[in-house]
Amino acid sequence: MLHIKCPHCGLRSQNEFSYGGDATVKRPELNKEVSDQDWDNFVYLRKSPRGKHLELWQHISGCRQWIKVERDTLTHEIFKTLKANEKV
Amino acid sequence: MSEKFRLDKGGLINRNKKISFKFNNKKYYGYEGDTLASALIANGVHLVGRSFKYHRPRGFFGAGVDEPYAIVQMNRNNEVDPNVRATEQELFEGLEAKSVNCWPNVNFDIGAINNFLGKFFPAGFYYKTFMWPKSFWYKVYEPIIRKAAGFGAASIKHDKEKYEHKYEYCDLLITGSGPSGLASAYAAAQNGAKVILAEDKSRFGGSLLTSEVTIGNQSGREWAEKIMSELKSMPNVVVKNRSQVFGYYDHNMLVMSERISDHLPKTEKYSPKQRLWYIRAKEVIISSGSIERPLVFGNNDTPGVMLSSAAKEYLKIYGALVGKKPLVFTNNDSGYETAIEFKKNGIDPVVLDTRKDPNSEIIKEAKDLNINIKFSYVVVAAKGYKKVNSADIANISEDKKNISNIENIKCDCICVSGFWTPTIHLASQSGNKTKFNEEIDAFVPSQSKQKETTLGSANGIFTLEETLKTSFEKGAELSKQITNKENNISVPAVIEKKSSNHDKFWCVPLPEGKNYKRFLDFQNDVSVSDIQLALREGYRSIEHVKRYTTLGMATDQGRTSNLNGLQLVSDIENKVVPQVGHTTFRPPYSPISIGAIVGREIGKHSKPTRKSPMHYWHEKNNAVFVDAGVWLRPRYYKQGNENLFEASKREAKNVRQNVGVCDVTTLGKIDIKGPDAAEFLNRVYTNAWLKLPIGKARYGVMLREDGIVMDDGTTTRISENHYHMTTTTAQAANVLSHLEYYLQLVWPELNVNVVSSTEQWAGAAIAGPKSRDVLQKLFPDLDVSNEGLPFMGYIEDNLFGVNAKIFRISFSGELAYEVNVESDNGNFMWEKIMDIGKDFNIQPYGTEALSTLRIEMGHVAGSELDGRTIPYDNSLEGLVSKKKDFIGKRSLSKTAFVATDRQKVVGVVPLDKKTSIPEGSYIVKDPNVKLPIPKLGHVSASCWSVEYDNPFSLAIIKDGKNMIGQKLFAMSPLKNKTIPVEIVSSHYVDPQGERVRS
Repeated sequence: MLHIKCPHCGLRSQNEFSYGGDATVKRPELNKEVSDQDWDNFVYLRKSPRGKHLELWQHISGCRQWIKVERDTLTHEIFKTLKANEKV
Repeated sequence: MSEKFRLDKGGLINRNKKISFKFNNKKYYGYEGDTLASALIANGVHLVGRSFKYHRPRGFFGAGVDEPYAIVQMNRNNEVDPNVRATEQELFEGLEAKSVNCWPNVNFDIGAINNFLGKFFPAGFYYKTFMWPKSFWYKVYEPIIRKAAGFGAASIKHDKEKYEHKYEYCDLLITGSGPSGLASAYAAAQNGAKVILAEDKSRFGGSLLTSEVTIGNQSGREWAEKIMSELKSMPNVVVKNRSQVFGYYDHNMLVMSERISDHLPKTEKYSPKQRLWYIRAKEVIISSGSIERPLVFGNNDTPGVMLSSAAKEYLKIYGALVGKKPLVFTNNDSGYETAIEFKKNGIDPVVLDTRKDPNSEIIKEAKDLNINIKFSYVVVAAKGYKKVNSADIANISEDKKNISNIENIKCDCICVSGFWTPTIHLASQSGNKTKFNEEIDAFVPSQSKQKETTLGSANGIFTLEETLKTSFEKGAELSKQITNKENNISVPAVIEKKSSNHDKFWCVPLPEGKNYKRFLDFQNDVSVSDIQLALREGYRSIEHVKRYTTLGMATDQGRTSNLNGLQLVSDIENKVVPQVGHTTFRPPYSPISIGAIVGREIGKHSKPTRKSPMHYWHEKNNAVFVDAGVWLRPRYYKQGNENLFEASKREAKNVRQNVGVCDVTTLGKIDIKGPDAAEFLNRVYTNAWLKLPIGKARYGVMLREDGIVMDDGTTTRISENHYHMTTTTAQAANVLSHLEYYLQLVWPELNVNVVSSTEQWAGAAIAGPKSRDVLQKLFPDLDVSNEGLPFMGYIEDNLFGVNAKIFRISFSGELAYEVNVESDNGNFMWEKIMDIGKDFNIQPYGTEALSTLRIEMGHVAGSELDGRTIPYDNSLEGLVSKKKDFIGKRSLSKTAFVATDRQKVVGVVPLDKKTSIPEGSYIVKDPNVKLPIPKLGHVSASCWSVEYDNPFSLAIIKDGKNMIGQKLFAMSPLKNKTIPVEIVSSHYVDPQGERVRS
């Protein structure tokens, strides 16, 4: 079980969190033209990197904040955790 | 029966307490402090089971967790426990155990015929044999294999025992209480670190209990006892015996299984049988020691052949003799310790040493004791079937390739020592890249990935002096980093005998013309010839060889077989062992009972149960409950001998004719506040929200970004910047996370807050033509007319002194109101409604009637919003705004989503107006065409229409828009039914929606 440092609450066990996927995906802006390809990429296309990955987790049984976690998908090493509005 | 093989004195057993027990229905005696294995050995019992594949007789091989053979079925306090190692099971009064893998009994086992059919059971036997004919698999092969497989039979009864889970945090977790564990625990504890010391066995001390060493001015055992008593008295130290750390997981989370009651005749009151500890440790010290390696020779699985360290342990701890005419077969000095121990107890051993001319203190001691030692000698084959009675021994050439002068000597046990294998399982599980140590022919931990340090013989260090020195140092160093305290401890002086080098020889060649089975894996019956065959057949990777031959795949995880298997592969392949590499070690290190893994989360405790404030009223009024997610909801209220069908029909009819009330507390509720709340809702829902007036509710549908409907519900504008959202019961948690996702990550500029208020409000839906009359009497001062409180209106009032929110919304399609009060007042509200409603023939209705009402109205719910449908499919396209953007809108223009023949929800009525259509049935055009029959769609929900008194279903079918009026078939292969049906509008009752507005 991973040990994740919530930037709001501190170190907590993985079972307090739920996983939210790739944190680098950016939603196209509202009311803007989006090509079929760009929209499909946004909705469906995800990288599955072996190694460093910036991902979203929600501290669902804690402060309910969505946070960013930089994690190695191979070793599970967590390099850093960030608040939703922080950049790497 | 007397214990013929028990020494008169010695050992750590309590000779004042005699214990009786039964093995294979025969009564024996042992002492407190015995294991089942030691007690049986003291009674001269060596035949304890049959092997897995060939059903050869099996005895004892080890004295602890390394035991591959002696697996028994326990009967304890009327509960059965399979897969128990006799070498680990402590003896208690009245213990009952049986052999496994044999029928009709262990002495006469019919399966042993496999032994003579051995050549028909080669490696990969299952893969080769059970391929054809294909139809034989289910009916013939599988049942037979299932009957033959496994180590014992699990109980089919409910387990009465309790199991617990515990979460713990510590500075240092130390796994094993041998010299390295004790020294590092002591040093760390002195520095004030919070230490957990875990010992798998019942006795602390590990190898110190059986080794002849002096530490300071004490024997090894006395020193261990002294350190243990100090550790036990320290408040920052937890010591746990019978506790095995079996798994090393991510971020230094380790799991330990504590066997609390297995050594007792029955579990004490208020005590669990076992407890699983989830331990998050800042540092882990692995002091799991090492396991002696077998030597491989002919028939080396015969009962009476065992590890020399085990024989020594039975002598020194239990005072039990594994034989009275022992043969010790060794390639290193360890075998001499066992031989000397025999000699000291008046038994004359013969030692066969594979080495030509070794010299060391202990060999000299053995010589001085006049022990018969034969150098350059090996055991060629053990003789005897159910117990060793002699051995063929021979001279071995210097290059270890040829044997000569074979002779037979009498013996009743063969104690083998092929040097030591460090127990690296935990280190390997943690991600440690292990390395091969040439000097000891074994893998040892190398580069740590997590915070772990391996010490002592687990790290390949076999001298006590170095072990103690490094362990004291490491314990102090690691704890100092955590506590910033330092207490200098002086390392005590050690007196131990120095060893000479071991011989790298491990496998005795076969004599000419003999084809003895030479076993590598004793639990899975894998022999040298099996590995040779696998390699001849082209298997190269050790992982493949393992799976093909099952080498090291048994419950003992190859503790005694892995390295010899690797040696063999590398010998044949002409590689060195590190090139072959070892297979991956995975948790658990040894079998863990399923009960311990599950813990207390069984039955009703497997998930939380949520009850509405009106739950006990429902109970008192004969409600039959149904699980709705984590909630318990009344399914129907039973009157007299009614069944589900009759009761739900009565309840639904009463709503259509009079008035009914339904507990809707379980609906998800989300409180939304902030100046940008309207804008936010406008982006979340598919329809327009900017112009919703205060005091009005609106139905909304929300999508995922892929255009699929996520949830639906009503949201009410309470005040300028305050909205009350409802969600379906099932999706409440997901919708909240969804809203938080967009507010926190996508549109952080929106000034909106959301919070779940599901538990804050109790809700009652009052529905039916007479609901207005009930409402008027509940709120006498309120204008409840169609003008005063129109459809989708919202108002707050006072219910006999209690604040209430009144929504005029309807799921049943009837004139209906939903009244919410604070949860504490839920029951008060409910009783008032029932009391006042009496005059209008009010009846409570459950989820079954609720479904009937919504289905015949064509209102979609969870069975249509099933994660595969878009608004159009649910006839909700009218709610999709063309003017504004919202979550998922862009996906709705995908080609598949705008196809003109797209699936759509329709109504389905059986032509005979009698036969109910099973939910999940396929809708097909012609049921008689060749398989597979093309399907048009499926039936999503079925009910008995109370309006028309005939069955009615909803279905989602291709081109549903143009199918109205078609005569098709509903097919349920599951129920073996084919029903002719007509497709009708999904709005079966009141298609204009006049009633809700009346």
